[in-house]
Amino acid sequence: MFNRIRALIIKELLALLRDKKSRMVLIVPPLIQLFIFSFAATQEVKNQTLAVLNLDHGQPALNLEQDFTAARTFSGVIRLQRPEEIPAVINEQQAIAVLWIPQDFSRNLERGQAAPVSFILDGRKTNAAQIVQGYAVRIINNYRDKLAGKGQQSGINIVARNWFNPNLDFRWYTLPSLVCILTTVIGLIVTGLSVAREREMGTFEQLLVSPLHPLEILVGKALPALLVAMIEGALIVLIGVSLLQVPFNGSLPLLFASMGVFLLAIIGVGLFVSSLSMTQQQAVLGAFMFLVPATILSGFASPIENMPHWLQTISYANPLRYFMTIVRGIFLKDVPATVVWAQTWPMAIIACVTLSIATWLFKKRME
Amino acid sequence: MPNESLVIEGLTYSYGKDLPPALSELSATIRPGIVTGLVGPDGAGKTTLMRLMTALLLPSSGHLTVFGLDTRSNASQLHEIIGYMPQKFGLYEDLSVIQNLRLYADLRNVTTVDRKQVFARLLDFTGLEPFQKRLAGRLSGGMKQKLGLACALIRKPRLLLLDEPSVGVDPVSRRELWRMVQELVDEETAVIWSTAYLDEAELCQDVLLLDNGQLMFSGPPKDLTERVAGRCFQIQGISNNRRQVLSTALQQDEVQDGIVQGQNVRMVLRAGHNQPALSVLDAGVEARLTPVAPRFEDAYIDALGGGPGGISALATAMTPLPDDQEVTVEADGLTKRFGNFTAAENVSFAIRRGEIFGLLGPNGAGKSTTFKMMCGLLRPSSGTGRVVGLDLQKAPGKARSRLGYMAQKFSLYGDLSARQNLVFFSGVYGLTGMQQKETVTRMIDIFGLQPHLTDSAKDLPLGFKQRLALACSVMHEPAVLFLDEPTSGVDPLTRREFWTHINGLVEHGVTVLVTTHFMDEAEYCDRIGLIYRGQMIATGPPDELKSRTRSPQMPDPTLEEAFISLLQQWDASHEEKA
Repeated sequence: MFNRIRALIIKELLALLRDKKSRMVLIVPPLIQLFIFSFAATQEVKNQTLAVLNLDHGQPALNLEQDFTAARTFSGVIRLQRPEEIPAVINEQQAIAVLWIPQDFSRNLERGQAAPVSFILDGRKTNAAQIVQGYAVRIINNYRDKLAGKGQQSGINIVARNWFNPNLDFRWYTLPSLVCILTTVIGLIVTGLSVAREREMGTFEQLLVSPLHPLEILVGKALPALLVAMIEGALIVLIGVSLLQVPFNGSLPLLFASMGVFLLAIIGVGLFVSSLSMTQQQAVLGAFMFLVPATILSGFASPIENMPHWLQTISYANPLRYFMTIVRGIFLKDVPATVVWAQTWPMAIIACVTLSIATWLFKKRME
Repeated sequence: MPNESLVIEGLTYSYGKDLPPALSELSATIRPGIVTGLVGPDGAGKTTLMRLMTALLLPSSGHLTVFGLDTRSNASQLHEIIGYMPQKFGLYEDLSVIQNLRLYADLRNVTTVDRKQVFARLLDFTGLEPFQKRLAGRLSGGMKQKLGLACALIRKPRLLLLDEPSVGVDPVSRRELWRMVQELVDEETAVIWSTAYLDEAELCQDVLLLDNGQLMFSGPPKDLTERVAGRCFQIQGISNNRRQVLSTALQQDEVQDGIVQGQNVRMVLRAGHNQPALSVLDAGVEARLTPVAPRFEDAYIDALGGGPGGISALATAMTPLPDDQEVTVEADGLTKRFGNFTAAENVSFAIRRGEIFGLLGPNGAGKSTTFKMMCGLLRPSSGTGRVVGLDLQKAPGKARSRLGYMAQKFSLYGDLSARQNLVFFSGVYGLTGMQQKETVTRMIDIFGLQPHLTDSAKDLPLGFKQRLALACSVMHEPAVLFLDEPTSGVDPLTRREFWTHINGLVEHGVTVLVTTHFMDEAEYCDRIGLIYRGQMIATGPPDELKSRTRSPQMPDPTLEEAFISLLQQWDASHEEKA
């Protein structure tokens, strides 16, 4: 039995790797995605233009203005003369925000009164605007602290420090997620296509008339996919740590052990899709029907806590949800084994379910 | 009226600079008013030539002129007068028959005024009238081809190109297709019918014979056939084993080619040689040599310098199977229902050890269903299939390890090399270590695979694919061999080589179950089971089926004629009852 499975695994790997095209498909797109996601899909806000309307000519107002224009976030500054100019600047997207310092700003400060400034943001760019607002609050806070240091009215001292990613380097956040998503894609596509390809070529019947048990065929399909996806996963981790300089704080054995369990769950889904599809085209469509919702429900793009309650419930069935937490945890926090285990056993249950359904369907479709 | 509809001058075409030309230096003319056969094995360049004729490809050098229009400069005008039916006609399987017709009418700008008449004429012509609403995907192979033909004929073309219209089509549908095409031909239309089958070529008025991109012969088929006149014989009245007679005959210097035809052996002598002595052939006391009319195929093999020898190295290397079982393959009341539809009903047969049993039947008659149930690919709704006494449902693994399977499309792994395919299949059948190595080496020697060992299976020449597929399916020395249209689309030489191996294996006790559409292949069978409308309507040796249908109108029916008249008889008797 082991010899037969071994023969299957060798065949499957050869079929994947001997053909130049399928070798390319396996290696190039994940790498491209890796680089595109880690450079382009950043949520950091840099290189923004700020418009400043400073109607006050006192020194405190100038200081505040300088604090803003010197910030790394704002590379361009447009100076406005009149409040009437504000709508145009925002409407035409010349600037993401306008800092409006009223005429009586310095005077109010000197009198120890409240000295409001206006900060107007382009709400169409929801995400960027929110982040810029965050920066603005920090700049104002710093400014207040400086004033307090000079003995003028003490404010509350808030010091924000981002743990695990002190400089809020977005790549630190993206790369672990990519390890998760790209291994999913590979595990899903390799298993999803393999049976469909054999169906199209007519080799599947040849397998079915051989003494191979359906379960052996299934194992012979699952293990090579597991192997290939694990190796690609390792490759992505390697590139991330060495080239993209994302720190790796946790334990490699824990990462790969949990990756194995996670991939079994994904491969179960892949085999399920595979046994349903008659052609490779159907298999690809089927794989994406799982992939897209699973990615969105994994907390990659938006936090799961912000989703409606019923969606949060559904996301418990999503293996990506758990693995995403594990990978981020291991990469940035060096989470202990107990925490990893708490996220791994749900994936093990999901793997059992998907693999059993795939086996059942696989056997059923053979009749 | 010109008497040349298509002129080919010095035509060469190559798919890539480094590749050998798919067609080289071809010159020929094609006349209107007749059906011209484009004949040759797979990969000979037939499809390439057709695509050049439609201006879908442009010649690397040379010219192609269709009714005065050059394919290079007048492609769009050319498309107006050409009807082309590719191998797999672009039918939309999810559209109904009539929707497909409408679509092609729109594409061809056949407007609403006359299209109703056109559809009515075509539906009537193809006999698809009752099936207008049926989805194209649900049609049988023969009906699909007829619909394809109808779509190609929406505008009456002056040049009709049919690329292997008869592949996968049963003899009944094949005859109908042929009749339809004959009806189309008139003074102004030229029809080109491409085929890998030489019995079809014989029916054409003119033939272009391609081999390996070269034109081997052009002209009326009988001109070629005449070359072997007086050299064709049948050994009749054989009382000994006819497969051994064939094998012995092929080893004689005088004999250039031979095949089994029912109980007889047909052979072609080398030019200038006398008949071999019957005593040498060990055919039995009543055996006699009877001259027979030459066929196109005989002449074709002659032109190629003769067929392969009569000894199968494969069979010689194989240990004969023990003679412990009388019956090795047994179908007992096999029935398969898909919903309300009964694909096979109560099919029973038994095949003796060392017997070749052929399953014949029109497309969609239940032949494949029965075949699949016998090799364990389909679970029967009721009844059992047994191989070497093992129930395919109860002991599938054990039963399967005793059977070998070879499908029409040579189910090899295209991305694996020839050697990797051998290693894989031997591994799947549980061969390991030294035994596995020895078997693989033996197969490489027997089938002469040495020069192609590292080539990917998909790049092998067709003949080698066939050899490799056979090697993969017999490495574990199975007791039973299941062959599903094993030589579909294969040239006659490769087919002969294949059957030499099969005959040799059968002599060593292997049992063979084969499905086929081709009567040549059916003639090799010891017995034939004819499946029609899900039932086994006749069984018996080929000669017995022929004699069963003998009548004053058909004193000496061919197997194909017997096949068709048995179906007609069955239809007639069932109409009476109904």
